[in-house]
Amino acid sequence: MKRRLLALLGFATGVLAGSVVLRRQFGKRRDRVEVYFDDGAMVSYTDGAVEASPLLDAARDALNAARS
Amino acid sequence: MDAAQALADLTEISSQIEAAVLFDASGAVQGSTLADEGKAQGLAEAAARLLERADAVRAEDVAVTQVEAALADGCVFVVRDDDRRIAATTVANPTVGLVFYDLKSCLRDAAGSGGAGAPDEKPKRRTRKKPDEA
Repeated sequence: MKRRLLALLGFATGVLAGSVVLRRQFGKRRDRVEVYFDDGAMVSYTDGAVEASPLLDAARDALNAARS
Repeated sequence: MDAAQALADLTEISSQIEAAVLFDASGAVQGSTLADEGKAQGLAEAAARLLERADAVRAEDVAVTQVEAALADGCVFVVRDDDRRIAATTVANPTVGLVFYDLKSCLRDAAGSGGAGAPDEKPKRRTRKKPDEA
């Protein structure tokens, strides 16, 4: 009985930990910007990166201008 | 095809695109799907700023051809072809490749409407005059 309870508790803990990891990984998508160049190169910046901030600010302005 | 027709076709083809604006290198709006001119100008200015800042990303003299910004509640796309530019806003999580393709097609169609930078139009078919008409 005790063994079964421990197994159940372990399983529940595993499910909980897994859901937390998944939610952190996929739950909230961060804003990002991708820049494509004439020579075929592409750079991608995620919100939080120093380079991303001015680009994302302009993009937010564009979205607000169209939707306001 | 003029800019208005190209934009009308764009919004008809792509349900993901909410608004689009065609503008030139100086930021002047050539056409827009937005009824409000102020909004269209605001979108063009912000898109021009986005391109300008994207140009500064790399130190080398390599031009930016397109930019995609994915935000929580929508996306912003900007495509540049020489002096012509098109910016569009879309719903969140659009089909990125498809949106870029549609924007480039629109830019090409609008460029065919004329102007100094426009590519050559297809030559019009000529009919020869009959000898008795000449």
